[in-house]
Amino acid sequence: MSLAEKSSGFRSFLRTLREHYRIVHSNPLGRIGFWIVIFFLVIAILAPWLAPHDPWEMQYDKDGNFASLQPPSWKFPAGTTHLGYDLFSQLILATRTTFIIGAVSGIISILIGANIGLFAGFYGGKLDEILMRFTDILYGMPFLPFVIVLIALFGRKLEFVILAIVLIIWRTSARVIRAQTIAIKQRQFITAARARGCSNLRIIYRHILPNVLPLLLLYASFNIAWSIITEASASFLGFGDGNTISWGGMLYELWLSGKTRVAWWWFASPSLCIILLVTSLVFVSRAYEEVANPRLRKR
Amino acid sequence: MALLELKDVTRHYEVKTGLIDRVFRGKPIRKIKAVESLNMVLNENEVVGIAGESGCGKSTTCMIIAGLLQPSSGEVLYQGKRVDQFNTQDQRWYRHQVQMIFQDPYESLNPRFRIFDTVAEGPRALRLWPESEIASKVESMLGSVGLEPGKYGDRYPHELSGGERQRVVIASALVMEPRMVIADEPLSMLDVSIRAGILELLKDLAKKRHFSCLYVSHDLSILGHIADRLMIMYLGQAVEIGPTTEVIQKPQHPYTKALISAVPVPDPRIKRGIPKISGDITRPIDPPPGCRFTPRCPYANHTCSENFLKLDSVQKTNHLAACHRLDVVSHESEMTSMV
Amino acid sequence: MSQSPRLEVRNLSVRYQTRGGEVHAVNQVSFDVFPNEVFGIAGESGCGKSTLIRALMRLLPENGVSDADLIQYEGQSLDRMSEKKFREQVLWSKIALVPQSAMNSLNPVYRVGDQIIEAIRNHTSQEKHEARSRVEELFDVVGLESDLMDSYPHEFSGGMRQRAMIAMSLALDPGLIIMDEPTTGLDVLVQERILRRIREIRSHIASSIILITHDIAVIAEMSDRIAVMYGGRIMEQAQSEDLFDTPCHPYTLGLKNAFPSIQKLGQELVSIPGSPPSLLGKQTGCPFEARCPFSIDQCVTEIPKIESLGKNHEVFCFRNTDAPQMREQATSMSTWHSSN
Repeated sequence: MSLAEKSSGFRSFLRTLREHYRIVHSNPLGRIGFWIVIFFLVIAILAPWLAPHDPWEMQYDKDGNFASLQPPSWKFPAGTTHLGYDLFSQLILATRTTFIIGAVSGIISILIGANIGLFAGFYGGKLDEILMRFTDILYGMPFLPFVIVLIALFGRKLEFVILAIVLIIWRTSARVIRAQTIAIKQRQFITAARARGCSNLRIIYRHILPNVLPLLLLYASFNIAWSIITEASASFLGFGDGNTISWGGMLYELWLSGKTRVAWWWFASPSLCIILLVTSLVFVSRAYEEVANPRLRKR
Repeated sequence: MALLELKDVTRHYEVKTGLIDRVFRGKPIRKIKAVESLNMVLNENEVVGIAGESGCGKSTTCMIIAGLLQPSSGEVLYQGKRVDQFNTQDQRWYRHQVQMIFQDPYESLNPRFRIFDTVAEGPRALRLWPESEIASKVESMLGSVGLEPGKYGDRYPHELSGGERQRVVIASALVMEPRMVIADEPLSMLDVSIRAGILELLKDLAKKRHFSCLYVSHDLSILGHIADRLMIMYLGQAVEIGPTTEVIQKPQHPYTKALISAVPVPDPRIKRGIPKISGDITRPIDPPPGCRFTPRCPYANHTCSENFLKLDSVQKTNHLAACHRLDVVSHESEMTSMV
Repeated sequence: MSQSPRLEVRNLSVRYQTRGGEVHAVNQVSFDVFPNEVFGIAGESGCGKSTLIRALMRLLPENGVSDADLIQYEGQSLDRMSEKKFREQVLWSKIALVPQSAMNSLNPVYRVGDQIIEAIRNHTSQEKHEARSRVEELFDVVGLESDLMDSYPHEFSGGMRQRAMIAMSLALDPGLIIMDEPTTGLDVLVQERILRRIREIRSHIASSIILITHDIAVIAEMSDRIAVMYGGRIMEQAQSEDLFDTPCHPYTLGLKNAFPSIQKLGQELVSIPGSPPSLLGKQTGCPFEARCPFSIDQCVTEIPKIESLGKNHEVFCFRNTDAPQMREQATSMSTWHSSN
């Protein structure tokens, strides 16, 4: 096989993937975080088959009594709600919603943020000024109220929840990527690329992008974690999609039921899931941070 | 015909004075003249060296010739055509014809590119040849700079030593099959034992591949070994130009004399003379119209500070020095050599 | 040279613990520095010359360990001295260092003069005005105007900063000044002026100087005796003239032919193929063996001994008796770059 084939296409993609896995794996916390995220991912994918009960169906215990507000047991590992719904099944299906929201808004926001950052940083001047002032305006918006107003305007649907999160979350990644782009732009290998005849777009996507990639992945995982938290908060305040289950939505139901002080299991399990997933994502991003920021690297 | 010609090339930078200074203290915008009225010619298959201390404008000159910086005034002619009037098509052609080798091999390679991709990037960006042809050219190029393609192609820059990296930099410039190569201090970051190898490699390839080379360095010992002709610059002005051996062995301009006598010699028995020069180098901010070496020159008089003797008939292989007082200077050196 | 040496170093080794394993940065280095001489240490990056100095000055990073049979300054043992005592009694007052990045060693927020006054007063009981007049004297010695004392480092050019650092090193009349790459990164004319200053200083005061640089030309001009380092060891050590007239170690021979001289324009340069060795792990043979065209089987398996060739000329090579032939062969390209 010739060198050209070897260094292009699918194989090189696989190799990059393997390199990134190695980065995450070399950090103990990153490794734990990575596998927890994978665990949740598998649950999210297999959710409909894993859930033992219909989450919106009233359950009865083995004596045939209506199972209202049951604490965790073998039959209902996470307990039940005041309406007798199985919380364990709800948790599993909510994982899927959470992942969709996290992944979609995390990825879209990083795509927007990265491109705005790359272009603003690379071209500088007026374009930079316009894009960055726009980001500044977004910085002036309080996060949660903005999301709530958007959802209130457009309706409580999953798409709008995602849109609202995306619109506001890209701002940080854009700023950071811009700063990094400016630093890289001044390095000699970029001048060398220009002297070699590379076009601006080629320089941005082929020469600068791979160099901001660790930072980009760091912020991608931050963004996913943030989206999950935001969705949970919005849902808890009653601005989630009423037709799907999410962890935040589960907490909202608990609040509505007025049983907060009785049913500890009802708030324990969704909260624990949120904390566990978000923390794991942060661990993964910490592993990337060591790569993106060599000063943090241990000798 | 000359391959490259610079006609009265000048480049200014504006020094940023703060808004407060400008408005309230009435300070004008100040100009740094990085390069002033530079004339030079690079012929086919010739190596011209540009020497000077930091701030003499040699790197700015490189950037202007490479088309990475526009001159404030003056013309750069490549094969008789004005570089600043190139259309997109011409520019692509120029990027193909003229290549640059940078100073710092640690900085001029993209850390995320494998060696093969680094070398292939230029031809790929300009779509010079089909991918299979690019691959074979890159492999043979890596071979001719002494890097086995099978062993090095897949590596990343951080896995290479400084000398190997500089070979990669040279390969990625020469794979474009340029007619002209601009080398900006390509050896200064390398170890002594490695330098000679890279220097000989460049010399050898220039002969084999028929390109002209503009070699910029502060190190006269190295320039003496590679350049056919030598130009000495001081604070943006060309002070002397001529065949290398003549410039080094019979320097005319007082600055060249000082510079050459300051170069240390790797032989404990040779004792150099003391350079005749006073004071420190200044920044060329709003300089007087004359020769910028005037304040440090032991021979200077009032003519020197009033007008600058431009070197402009540099076509031929003659030896020129931009000095009003050449008769005095040469007279005195004859006197000292008799003593 | 019948005088007793000012600094004696015997079998100094330095190892660094790194993730990849143990790096033997300096191995069994022995040398003497005599009163009032310039001792040059030449070598490329990674040859261990800076580590050697750090070990002498006790500036090794945490992961570095040094040990030596003997380090003596005027008969006083330094290697067994406590850290505190070393800093109070030896550093600055007996041995001073002009560090490699002298350009950046001045604190940007204090006036240059004040920094030197501070250094003097930290080590002596001098009053401020006494110290100040001492700094004025020192500035005069290194060729700086005394009113520059009240300037900040950023107002100094690179050469001026370097001279200020040299002034600082002279402050307490040390018997030994170590200069680590004093002119690297400076322009030729500035370098020339600093070297001339160093020579003048040396003729005025009775200090010895250890000069470390990769620049063969600078070391040739400045030094009385030279040690050539490679791969953490001293390859050859001799009087400067002897080293340049009759080099004996293949590495010295190679360097001599690889270094361009402005006085010999037509001369063909012969590079040394390959690149410096990794110092990871224990050495089993001569570190130069892989690049040496004269190597024999013994060079791979056995570590050479330091052989004395008389007149302070020492060489670290099994084939030291073949030196004349090697010297002749080393000038031709084909010796170093054979068919491959």
